[in-house]
Amino acid sequence: MSTTGAPHATKNAPDDASSAPMFEASGGDWSEIADSIAEAAALGEERIVVNMGPQHPSTHGVLRLMLEIDGETVREARCGIGYLHTGIEKNMEFRTWTQGVTFCTRMDYLAPLFQESAYCMGVEKILGITDDVPERAQVIRVLMMELNRVSSHLVCLGTGGNEMGATTVMTLGFTAREEILRILEAVSGLRMNHAYVRPGGVAQDVPDTLDAQVRDALPRIRGYLGQLGDLMLANPIFKARLVGVGHLSLAGCMALGVTGPVLRSAGLPYDVRKAAPYGGYETYDFDVPTSTDADCYSRVVLRIEECYQSLRIVEQCLERLSASTGAPVMVADKKIAWPAQLAIGSDGQGNSLDHIREIMGTSMEALIHHFKLVTEGFRVPVGQSWTTVEHPRGELGVHLVSDGGTRPYRAHFRDPSFNNLQAVAAMCEGGQVADVVVAVASLDPVLGGVDR
Amino acid sequence: MSANGAEGAKGADGATSDGTTSDAAVTGPPPQGAPQPDDAQGPRADDLVTGSEGRSTLEVVEVRTGLFGVHGSGDTSGFGGLRRPVAMPGASTRPYGGWFDEVVDVLGEVLAEGGLSLDAAVEGVVVDPPGAHAELTLRVRREHLVAVCRALRDDQDLRFELSLGVSGVHYPHDAGRELHAVYHLTSVTHGRSLRLETTAPDADPHVPSTVAVYPTNDWHERETWDFFGLVFDGHPALARIEMPDDWPGHPQRKDYPLGGIPVEYKGATVPPADQRRSYS
Repeated sequence: MSTTGAPHATKNAPDDASSAPMFEASGGDWSEIADSIAEAAALGEERIVVNMGPQHPSTHGVLRLMLEIDGETVREARCGIGYLHTGIEKNMEFRTWTQGVTFCTRMDYLAPLFQESAYCMGVEKILGITDDVPERAQVIRVLMMELNRVSSHLVCLGTGGNEMGATTVMTLGFTAREEILRILEAVSGLRMNHAYVRPGGVAQDVPDTLDAQVRDALPRIRGYLGQLGDLMLANPIFKARLVGVGHLSLAGCMALGVTGPVLRSAGLPYDVRKAAPYGGYETYDFDVPTSTDADCYSRVVLRIEECYQSLRIVEQCLERLSASTGAPVMVADKKIAWPAQLAIGSDGQGNSLDHIREIMGTSMEALIHHFKLVTEGFRVPVGQSWTTVEHPRGELGVHLVSDGGTRPYRAHFRDPSFNNLQAVAAMCEGGQVADVVVAVASLDPVLGGVDR
Repeated sequence: MSANGAEGAKGADGATSDGTTSDAAVTGPPPQGAPQPDDAQGPRADDLVTGSEGRSTLEVVEVRTGLFGVHGSGDTSGFGGLRRPVAMPGASTRPYGGWFDEVVDVLGEVLAEGGLSLDAAVEGVVVDPPGAHAELTLRVRREHLVAVCRALRDDQDLRFELSLGVSGVHYPHDAGRELHAVYHLTSVTHGRSLRLETTAPDADPHVPSTVAVYPTNDWHERETWDFFGLVFDGHPALARIEMPDDWPGHPQRKDYPLGGIPVEYKGATVPPADQRRSYS
């Protein structure tokens, strides 16, 4: 370490960086690079620093890993992030509270409904209407979140397999995810970036055919999950790559604030849905699977098991939805409820013609109300709120500050991927380079959420 | 400054060396020009824009003028003369309700064992929003932040062992306390969560780092430095994390423009988001 005595998370850059030999591996003939590295090794340079990413397929997006390797052993591992920073939080300060949903849904693009729901619950908390959100809207939110959790875990498992060379795992995972995306599309109109959950409820009711569609898809999703389990869990190559790799103890998880499947793989059954229930989760029957192995293999097992538990919740949601057909899905307060009524028009999607006929033809007041609420938005009392939900990757927190205006004064998202990436050094150092890929995959970072 | 806890001083070398001056800046009377509730004029002057009723003190963070965000035009409606201060929910009085009283009491006892009084460390307790979903906020004086964090983490009746990060907020009109750092702590053991809020003036943007207590705050403090320019004294490597290393300015401060260019769509021109009409 440096001689200044101050502890450093990253090693100080050497003063004479220009004199250190550098090798660029961006295309070209790899044997030349290997030869020149061999020359450097002859000079006594044994440790080399390798940049893994930001454009590497096994880094889940634009994650840059800086590895100091000694042969095949990783001596130090550091993360570089920020390559996907788009200023979503800053942008939300310039849009209305309702428009904020459209922005936060794009953060963690594999789990958009969790950002939407957490954000909307935060807005509702400052508005003081948490208990006024209709029951049916809460059930729809839970249904969408749990389906989204399964689809997110399927991507994690699929890409995790792909990174180890198991393309079949990837194609299986994405095929199964497609089943869920079809359901999400039928409900919200979009496969990703739904902007479906709104402050006060959800944008529109679910289609009548949803129950049949989901019940038709559930056995197939279970079948895919079973196939994934069959392919992975007893596979000797898979186990050789994952068992005992990426170890992070419970103490390490708590110190680093790591939550989600990684924390539960260390043995603590901490799940926000159970610890601080929101949206009616206390009324659903489901289990929180845990393990004490604290390695990458147990995290795969937990994610598969969590998918089954989520499907259990989905079935309970379907029963409740069929029992509450026709009930409102938006808060009754017309000063908050987004007035647009959607219907499928000749162009596939759009505003309900009946609603347009009413506001344009018969009710001037309805038109004024619609116009004011859509262009100006509603006001949220002064104050701040903190809402957390159990995201597929851990605890997602939303800190909202309102100055009494129609736009957020500050919106901050505590993204679990961002936080969990801090554990990369603890999980990778001392292992092999090949273990880095597995360890990062078990954290399941999504860089859209990390960088926001 | 006699009560300036030893623990706080250890963690924050930068903050305590100039602790006397910064202390006065935080707790003393706000400088001239800061918006006060009395500034409001007109028939609706008493209508403070605030989230809750019956507060003892109000923390004015902004003064809002006019309506519809129209400024500098010939205003004939009279709405342009509106002047309303925006005040954050002020400190609450006991009982706070639920487990809030117990946590504040125990925190006071633990701090007293370390020779620090609760009033010296915590300048206010805010319970907001009103109702069943109230949240507990402790407004901690920055020089005692580390001591409060350590007490909250270690005492068995508090045990806020999980930190969920740091969030910054910039209140340019909150004179002398423009920069707020907000910490959210969760007790997995007791199933509770609370918020710590500490402030620093723009002129002296220093807050002691809590990484020694909560290692997870490492990246979160880097992010808050990156976006707000808050310097966390004692942080092991306070580098930018989201923006490039050589980026000028701190983008999420209120005085940093959003940027953007006008976009032409179907013959009309849509101005960038920060130049569109806003409703004050």
